[in-house]
Amino acid sequence: MRFSGWRVLKEGLTGNKGWGPHWRDPEPKREYDVVIIGGGGHGLATAYYLAAEHGMTNIAVLEKGYLGGGNVGRNTTIVRANYYLPGNSEFYSHSLRLWESLEQELNYNAMMSQRGILNLYHNDGQRDAAVRRGNSIINQGDDAELLDREGVRKLAPYLNFDNNRFPIMGALLQRRAGTARHDAVAWGFARGADMRGVDLIQNCEVTGIDIEGGKVTGVQTARGPIRAKKVALAAAGRSGQVAAMAGLTLPIESHVLQAFVSEGVKPLIDQVITFAEGHLYISQSDKGGLVFGSYLDFYSSYAARGNLPMVEHTMETCVAMVPAVSKARLLRSWGGIMDMTPDGSPIIDHAPIEGLYLNCGWCYGGFKATPGSGNAYAHLIATDRPHGAATRFKLDRFRTGYGLMDEEGTGAQHNLH
Amino acid sequence: MRITCPLCGERDRREFNVKGAALDRPGEGADQDAWHSYVNLRQNPAGVLAELWYHEMGCGSWLTVTRNTVTHEVLKVELASETTLGGAA
Repeated sequence: MRFSGWRVLKEGLTGNKGWGPHWRDPEPKREYDVVIIGGGGHGLATAYYLAAEHGMTNIAVLEKGYLGGGNVGRNTTIVRANYYLPGNSEFYSHSLRLWESLEQELNYNAMMSQRGILNLYHNDGQRDAAVRRGNSIINQGDDAELLDREGVRKLAPYLNFDNNRFPIMGALLQRRAGTARHDAVAWGFARGADMRGVDLIQNCEVTGIDIEGGKVTGVQTARGPIRAKKVALAAAGRSGQVAAMAGLTLPIESHVLQAFVSEGVKPLIDQVITFAEGHLYISQSDKGGLVFGSYLDFYSSYAARGNLPMVEHTMETCVAMVPAVSKARLLRSWGGIMDMTPDGSPIIDHAPIEGLYLNCGWCYGGFKATPGSGNAYAHLIATDRPHGAATRFKLDRFRTGYGLMDEEGTGAQHNLH
Repeated sequence: MRITCPLCGERDRREFNVKGAALDRPGEGADQDAWHSYVNLRQNPAGVLAELWYHEMGCGSWLTVTRNTVTHEVLKVELASETTLGGAA
């Protein structure tokens, strides 16, 4: 089934009766070349790129719940490539380029909207950091513009420019950044993988990883054993538990990050905007809801819900930046389980067991990485060599201390990110 | 989440800062693997976890808080000085 304007028109005129399911619901086979554990954005993207770019189609994606029911369905939908450190910089640049052609590639409307991101700065030190980051982004081949106060005012006149503690002096603007429809990204990759023969198997929790003589041979699941030549983890906040089935302990703590959405309001916020105080970020969905969030709750959690102090902090910071928001009602809030590494950067690497691969540690930034992560992970699984844009996401950097990517500069240590 | 400090009684979560998992610190002369394990690696359980919390806005004590990471239920709070977890081996 191909989507097109003509098809939408035809279905609209004939009662929308011609649409079918976007993917099959197959029974698991007894053996696959590759089994991917986790049917979220990264797992589905990995399956898609393995099939589309590496010609591997004897693949199963095993999902314990339903496709896209984890963090890819629980984030704040921001897409950007404004990282600073080598390692992250080229990777997110690669990922943003994949985002830009994703809808054409998948023939699926992911509602990719390059509405721009404004990272506000409030003092000379933050301005210097913005200039330095901007130059790094430009050197990477991406776009960055430094705006002064009046430049920001033209784009976002409703901001509180005269906040006494955090006056807005300007912003770093990346016009190619923006938002995408989070669920549609998962669905588009799922459909693309399924069309190429990948089996997407839902309600299929992995309960064990089989290892014989130091080599992976398959997995035990709620729907029976499945043999596999290669097993690839893509389990986000649950990575620690899945890795434990293979006897591995990861440098990861799972934390809760809350997100919030207001009632729908008329178009107000055209870009994604971040406040350099309190980590606040905000954008407006196409339905009109203001989507925003800030810090982690900072304690280990698998609850997928947070506590009130961080709700309070987020609301205070949001109103400090955009006073008009104080009149909007909060519609709902939720939490996602973040796989936090000590340096705040991810891992795409071989596990120390033959045939086992790791993709984890995306911290609170996994959504924008979705196509890049799937693309690089597929490359690693298919060729056993790291993708050129993801050579530094090594597992052993924590052990050796070499190649740590502490983007925030807060220290490569748990609980500081 | 409310935490019952052994010295101050039940207090709001805002009064506390969390440090993270309470682990045995490697002793003098420990090798790199031991330090890697202590600094970086985490069991990261979905369930009961012992953590170090600091009662910053209260008595200033370091506490060993045993908590369920799935339900956020606080199961036990002790003065860290009276437990062995988190100290040097």
